Amino acid sequence: MLRYIAKRVFSMFLTLLIIATITFFLMKLLPGSPFNNQEKLTESQRFALNEKYGLNDPVPVQYINYLGKLAQGDLGYTFQYDGRTVNSMISNGIGPSATIGAEAILFGTLIGLILGIAAALKHNSVIDYGAMVVAVFGIAIPSFVFAGLLQYYVGVKLGWLPVAFWNGPEYHILPAFSLSVGVIATVARFMRTEMLEILGTDYILMARSKGISKNAVILKHCVRNSMIPIITILGPLSIGLITGTLVIENIFAIPGLGEQFVKSINLNDYPVIMGTTLFYSFLLITIILVVDILYGIIDPRIRVAGGKS
Amino acid sequence: MDKLLELENLHVSFQTYGGEVKAVRGVSFTLEKGESLAIVGESGSGKSVTSKAVMRLLPNKIGSIKEGSIRFEGKDLAKATEREMEKIRGSEISMIFQDPMTSLNPTMTIGKQIMEGLRKHQNMNKSEAKERSINLLKLVGIPNPELRVDEYPHQFSGGMRQRVVIAIALACNPKVLIADEPTTALDVTIQAQILDLMRDLQDKTGTAIILITHDLGVVANLAQRVAVMYGGMIVETGTADEIFYKPKHPYTWGLLASMPKINSDSKELLAIPGTPPDLMNPPKGCPFAARCPHAMEVCIDHMPDATDVSSTHKAACWLLDERAPKVEPPEAAVVGGAR
Ligand SMILES: Nc1ncnc2c1ncn2[C@@H]1O[C@H](COP(=O)(O)OP(=O)(O)OP(=O)(O)O)[C@@H](O)[C@H]1O
Ligand code: SF4
Ligand SMILES: [Mg+2]
Repeated sequence: MLRYIAKRVFSMFLTLLIIATITFFLMKLLPGSPFNNQEKLTESQRFALNEKYGLNDPVPVQYINYLGKLAQGDLGYTFQYDGRTVNSMISNGIGPSATIGAEAILFGTLIGLILGIAAALKHNSVIDYGAMVVAVFGIAIPSFVFAGLLQYYVGVKLGWLPVAFWNGPEYHILPAFSLSVGVIATVARFMRTEMLEILGTDYILMARSKGISKNAVILKHCVRNSMIPIITILGPLSIGLITGTLVIENIFAIPGLGEQFVKSINLNDYPVIMGTTLFYSFLLITIILVVDILYGIIDPRIRVAGGKS
Repeated sequence: MDKLLELENLHVSFQTYGGEVKAVRGVSFTLEKGESLAIVGESGSGKSVTSKAVMRLLPNKIGSIKEGSIRFEGKDLAKATEREMEKIRGSEISMIFQDPMTSLNPTMTIGKQIMEGLRKHQNMNKSEAKERSINLLKLVGIPNPELRVDEYPHQFSGGMRQRVVIAIALACNPKVLIADEPTTALDVTIQAQILDLMRDLQDKTGTAIILITHDLGVVANLAQRVAVMYGGMIVETGTADEIFYKPKHPYTWGLLASMPKINSDSKELLAIPGTPPDLMNPPKGCPFAARCPHAMEVCIDHMPDATDVSSTHKAACWLLDERAPKVEPPEAAVVGGAR
């Protein structure tokens, strides 16, 4: 298991290096410079700024410098504000982003599990069909559509919850819920399928033939085993959430990482774009790794196989 | 006679999209204390459905007992509540399933799976239950039970898993053990070991066994009495000797003829031609009529009654009627002769 983790961590850093390289050269290919938009700048001022941020150096030199700093965890300076580091921008933005992300995945998984279990236990009933209709809509309709609908009806028309901004717990509800709809749908569908399959297995019949009550069998044998594969979809789901936050933060004007990222793209702020991309990649790869390890710990079949390899 | 379990005129049906499948159509038999009864018959004859009905583990909503009674120590299980059944399952009547690869929960240690029943029925605390689980594993012949009790099913071979399943089934000293094709999924050598184990355990515990199988070889090894099932009915019952040496029903003849004979020169197995009846529209008369080489007109429209051959031997066939022509069992079905 330790060797397996070491191998995975090594390949994780390799992946990050490749991503860093690709992002760097893609940035260089893009037209425009960060200071193009500031029309008031004179040619010499622009040159001075480029000099200051090292943009006049040959590309390979810039690349080496960039990697050197990166190795120390230094993502450089933003072009938008004088003297601010990308690291500080990321750590400022991550708070709200991580909060709604975590809220969405926790809430979404919980509700998804409940819906999926209910649908499976009441297979082919109104509850089952209802849950699956919810699931299909949840998967088909993008989160920003829900966001817009919720803003309009719950925020504007009913006035129950704030339409935008980030000033307290009640500001979390609409964005986190909009984000979680996809999670609810995916988890519900997955859980229902797993449950139905396991309910039909011999070991459920065996458990019942021991005299264990139906509810105990469902809880201890069926729900538990059905949840194991759910862990594998939490990885891709979290990835979806991260891209989801990019849009949702803009819609709800939440000062998170996503909003900053989009703004930086509009301003050609290379260091922030690269820094955020790398940060997102790091996050994704870590999530996938953690999910894999978690799966190995929870599923005894994999646990042993991993131990031997 | 100590009647432990008595099925009378049991009817079980499944509601499917195509209509009602009448899987069991009037099954009656008795099981005495400590006895072993084999139920044999081709695939689809209703053996598993009968045993699941006894456990009241028919699939909810679609499967139901239509008629008849299942008396266990005087109590009709067909009318028992789910609560009452939970007390009986695992403690009075337990069951082993065909495929040991799928009948254990892959994510639970086998110790926990054995302990579940013990803790429920015998109010044992964790350490007592674990102690007993280790003893049970020893009893069914699993080496190093103290270590293996904490292992998961995938760490056991097929034969070992079936031993674990047997340990689970016997954990609370049930009075009846229903073994639904306990060896079908195993290698031949392992099959023999499992059958030996079951016979050995029966001697030790005095549990009555209902052994379900389509392999008459297995029956010869273990059962004192045999019920032959066809098309949802029992067509012949008798002691093992009566069924093997004096079979009366043409379907039993067919089964015996299709049994591989160890000392026989002919390698060919005589499978019974034709297919079992459609249980959605079961035949009015004898269920075997469409495939029976001796079928008469009366067989098609009229159900033959079970006729007593001896005090322990019954068969439902018109050939036993005094007006019927005398027919001898085919050469291949004569067990003694062919050996
Ligand atoms: N859940 C179900 N829904 C519909 N029909 C069923 C169901 N279970 C069993 N049956 C029908 O009941 C009949 C008897 O099935 P059963 O499983 O008892 O056969 P069996 O004698 O145990 O055969 P095998 O040797 O294959 O195990 C079959 O015709 C089958 O189609
Ligand atoms: S009743 Fe008729 S059809 Fe049925 S087994 Fe006897 S002879 Fe054959
Ligand atoms: Mg069966």
